[in-house]
Amino acid sequence: MNWLSNLSPSWQWFHRLGSPRWFYQTTGRWLPWLSLLAFTLLSAGLVWGLAFAPQDAKQGNSFRIIYLHVPASFLALAGYYIMAIAGAVGLIWKMKLSYMLMKSAAPIGAALTFLALFTGAVWGKPTWGTYWVWDARVTSMLILLFLYLGVLALQYAFHSNDAGNKASAILALVGTVNIPIIYKSVDWWYTLHQPATIKFTSAPSMHPDMFQPLLVMILGFYCFYTVALFLFTRAEILCRERKSVWVKELAMAREQS
Amino acid sequence: MASGFSAYLRRDLLLAYRRRGDAASPLIFFIMVSTLIPLGITPESARLAEIAPGIIWVMALLATLLSIDAIFANDYQDGSLEQLLISPHLLAMPVLGKTAAHWMVTGLPLTLASPLLGVMLSLPAQGYVPMVASLALGTGCLSLIGSVGAALTVSLRKGGLLLSLLVMPLYMPVIIFGSATVQSAIDGFAWSGPLAILGAMLAASIALCPLAAAGALRITSVN
Repeated sequence: MNWLSNLSPSWQWFHRLGSPRWFYQTTGRWLPWLSLLAFTLLSAGLVWGLAFAPQDAKQGNSFRIIYLHVPASFLALAGYYIMAIAGAVGLIWKMKLSYMLMKSAAPIGAALTFLALFTGAVWGKPTWGTYWVWDARVTSMLILLFLYLGVLALQYAFHSNDAGNKASAILALVGTVNIPIIYKSVDWWYTLHQPATIKFTSAPSMHPDMFQPLLVMILGFYCFYTVALFLFTRAEILCRERKSVWVKELAMAREQS
Repeated sequence: MASGFSAYLRRDLLLAYRRRGDAASPLIFFIMVSTLIPLGITPESARLAEIAPGIIWVMALLATLLSIDAIFANDYQDGSLEQLLISPHLLAMPVLGKTAAHWMVTGLPLTLASPLLGVMLSLPAQGYVPMVASLALGTGCLSLIGSVGAALTVSLRKGGLLLSLLVMPLYMPVIIFGSATVQSAIDGFAWSGPLAILGAMLAASIALCPLAAAGALRITSVN
């Protein structure tokens, strides 16, 4: 793969990305800043949303769970794409690192999907009068959770890491076929669930005073997701590269200090 | 390219014919489980009629799931799968042939037997034609999507249960539109819409699933 780095400097970052060591060292420098950013955004968004945003005219204070529910749902869906794209990169360019990213993205995504379902159920009780409704979006979120669990189960079913990686990458790619259906399901079936509130094509149907803290929370969740993904991947790198020299040196340096 | 398809279609049909007992079990399962429904829920025909489309579709799905791991498992065990992998064909074509054979042995008999179940579960008269049409297209999708899962789990010792976990979420759109076809016919609406979507799903599955299954076989069957 030497030709890749000789080709042009713009390809060098891609070439470097394939190196777990480079990733480990770079993210090690980024992590403190990212964590600080995530913490600041999340705490600011939470205080703003829970304490200062105005009450909803119909739902009163119960609508405030939106500040957890919507960001978690966003990231649950985006996380599946991140996982599938990482898997595809691994299959195409045979990059070890992107398989590690894919493997790390699966449990985080599953946890966020569960959080979205759980907060949805808690929110559903005061607004719809029931914890669980077989509505299109709730159901597709549940299917998304099943898809995540399938990828996780397949990953751990294989004895060799390599086969597990490739098999779950294929499964993740096959599962992406389901994601457009999840998005479209709101249009396909008319149900209890309200149509999507935030659209990128038109102005949000929320009051700006309610919408701005939500935006901060979404950004905070993205940073938090990145931090979690980095931490999981770093642990995975150390585990898989434990026989390499640089990890041994790292461990020795830790022990001495 | 087509020779790989027809050769494996013929071979698997012949194998199924020689092992007729294996081939019959999904069908027997399909009919037997449906007898449990009146026993477990109600023998009242009015209430049975309400749930009949969904029940028949769920049973067809389960019957397909039960038999889907056999697509590659026998070939993996006796080593003929490795012969397939080193053959000069584009791997997707033999995989498509094997899947087509699986459908002819499970999906097609299920489709043909479904009117019998319709009678037993007192399905309203206008539901029969849409049920057979939707099952004919839908079980094809089920076999094709299932072949990907079967290829992913072929080398695992306890692959059967895992296979169901992997494949079931992917089956959900099929079952939604399958039972929607029957239900809208019973309710007196046009049922060509959901059936057309099932047809689109089948077309997409024919194009994509053999490729994914072939890729999966190359990865999983080496160890």
